[in-house]
Amino acid sequence: MVNRIVVGAHYGWRDWLAQRVTAVIMALYSVILALVLLLGQPIDYGVWHRLFAQGWMRVATLLFAVSVAWHMWIGVRDILMDYVKPVGLRLALQVFVVVLIAGYLGWTVQILWR
Amino acid sequence: MSQAAANKKNRPKYLNLTALLFEIRLPVAGWVSILHRVSGALLFIATLWLLFMLDRSLASARDFAFVIHYLHLWPVKLALLVLIWAYCHHFCAGIRFLLLETQRGWDKQSARLSSIIVLVAGVALTVLLGAKLW
Repeated sequence: MVNRIVVGAHYGWRDWLAQRVTAVIMALYSVILALVLLLGQPIDYGVWHRLFAQGWMRVATLLFAVSVAWHMWIGVRDILMDYVKPVGLRLALQVFVVVLIAGYLGWTVQILWR
Repeated sequence: MSQAAANKKNRPKYLNLTALLFEIRLPVAGWVSILHRVSGALLFIATLWLLFMLDRSLASARDFAFVIHYLHLWPVKLALLVLIWAYCHHFCAGIRFLLLETQRGWDKQSARLSSIIVLVAGVALTVLLGAKLW
């Protein structure tokens, strides 16, 4: 039997993996979007608006936004765990971060499906 | 006094400001790592602003024109360039970490080389994208 110290529901490997998987999703989206924008026609309001009016673009962007939110939460949580030692303050900051990220996500949905 | 406590007391201290600023230098891989963290934190905070611009740019043709005008103000340009750098650096450093985690480029020489490539690529991509945007 492996001698493990119980620290919570799991040991962080799930978060670690989620951060990598979301990173790959974001990287693919970024490269594809950059190519579409740089190689496509010059961007005016019409081009920009039509791009985000397409169903696949909305879904891809939502997938990207969810990845960003998840990835961000793990990253900021790690930073807070490293530098903020008082438990109360850390908890308060973590709650603030969760609320802010949830707000980001809600706003993104609102922007995409207006 | 226990042995551990005695060791702790006699340990030489070499952490003063001059040492931190001029003598103890982070290896290149260390710079990539801390900048990965800094750029990540920056992007987290800046998402609020970026979403604001995305929101306005898709609201109407008038608002889109406003965003374009806004993007040409120099403080906005500067801030956006910093964020573009943050994104590019985070992207490149992230790919380096993924390669390291899948056991590629572990020897000292390749690890050092990949760190330098990441730092240079982050800045180069920023210059390229900046030039393309304006």
